[in-house]
Amino acid sequence: MENLTHYFAMGGYAAFVWPAYAVALIVLGGMALQSLRAYWRNLRQLETLQQERPGRRRGAR
Amino acid sequence: MNRFANPTRFMRISAAVLPAIGWLTALLLVVGLVLALFVAPPDYQQGESVRIMFIHVPAAWMALFVYANLALASAAGLIWRHPLAEIAAQEAAPLGAAFTLVCLVTGSLWGQPMWGTWWVWDARLTSVLVMFFLYLGYIALVHAFDDPTRGARAGAILAMVGVVNLPIIKFSVDWWNTLHQPASVFRLGGPTIVLSMLLPLLVMAIAFTILFFWLWLVRIRSAIVARKLRSLRLAGADDFAQLDASGGKPAGSYPS
Amino acid sequence: MTRKRRRLTAVLAGLATLGLATFLVLTAFSDNLVFFYSPSDLKTKHVPFERQLRIGGLVEEHSVKREADGKTIDFRVTDGSNTVAVTFTGGLPDLFREGQGVVAEGVLRRDGSFLASNVLAKHDEKYMPPEVADALKRSGHWQETSASGNAEARK
Repeated sequence: MENLTHYFAMGGYAAFVWPAYAVALIVLGGMALQSLRAYWRNLRQLETLQQERPGRRRGAR
Repeated sequence: MNRFANPTRFMRISAAVLPAIGWLTALLLVVGLVLALFVAPPDYQQGESVRIMFIHVPAAWMALFVYANLALASAAGLIWRHPLAEIAAQEAAPLGAAFTLVCLVTGSLWGQPMWGTWWVWDARLTSVLVMFFLYLGYIALVHAFDDPTRGARAGAILAMVGVVNLPIIKFSVDWWNTLHQPASVFRLGGPTIVLSMLLPLLVMAIAFTILFFWLWLVRIRSAIVARKLRSLRLAGADDFAQLDASGGKPAGSYPS
Repeated sequence: MTRKRRRLTAVLAGLATLGLATFLVLTAFSDNLVFFYSPSDLKTKHVPFERQLRIGGLVEEHSVKREADGKTIDFRVTDGSNTVAVTFTGGLPDLFREGQGVVAEGVLRRDGSFLASNVLAKHDEKYMPPEVADALKRSGHWQETSASGNAEARK
């Protein structure tokens, strides 16, 4: 337990080290989440559209 | 060049490699974080605060690397007028902006305890801030036009003008007196970091690079699917318009 | 093919022109992009008195002295060939120590000393654990930091 407290204190720099890692997680993780969700949403919509109009798959262009 | 520029082939190849790249990213990030947070020793001057380096420095490298990719894709889009290059450029920009933001914020969090200030207007910090605004300006410019082709072209020109900033950022610490210290890894005479700190740094850098390529592929695929969706819907609307004009009913069953 | 070739030439020519223009601008402005003056600059460059500016260099060994009030400290900043005396009242960054790089903001007084309103630490490009640093110092392989960090080292 004491080891853990000592570790998280980061030699007195906890207030700088942990926010730095948190910012990286939030910004990069947020970017990943946003990219993946938009991608999955587009894939789903394409599937729905193609199911609704089975004959139109080739006729789109 | 043209072999990969075919969107259909791109979709097929990228679909095959995407899951592997995603898992590789996760694995490298876990290994890198364990090395950075548990294995790497504290610095003789900076103590434990040096652990910010393992985020800050790879993010800074990525900010430059993504910009180089953005500029290359922009150049390819301008010269060969290939839609895939235009999409690639546009989808790289938000990723580059994210890495630059991480670089700036973590640098600030490192500067306060070590230098005694959150921010100074020295050549290195200022040129990186300029790059952040170049990314934002590019994104805004691309979306400022009603005609996407013109937006892509205007953005590409801005992206290529911004290339001059890359050597300025890299060499700012050598050309001018800056508060920021000179390079530690990519320098003549070899790195000035001990191996036990260099290794976590390089693993994190590779992890960030693969993360970028993974998300770049995801976003390019997403944009291609979105374009397909748009053209499908437009084609559907055309059918409606034609059938309405002739007074008939549409052949397919559309939800109203 | 020729249209593509022409666009390629246009892009390359544009980049070359832009690069040249930037190079010229940066060369012209290089003196105004100075973030701090070295102690030698103060002697040679007609640096104005009583105006806000920054000086940088290494904190001279054994020069740091605390005044009786406990808050004001005096130290000397050196670049190897010249030194300047600095007076500062306030909090110092964690990396401030003798032999380390420092950047002080403040005004140059007419007697040649520097009254700092803010002191920033400048760290070098070396990273190593304390054990390695100790071992290097013991074995005599320790290399001191160049005078004021980066740009000055090339002169």
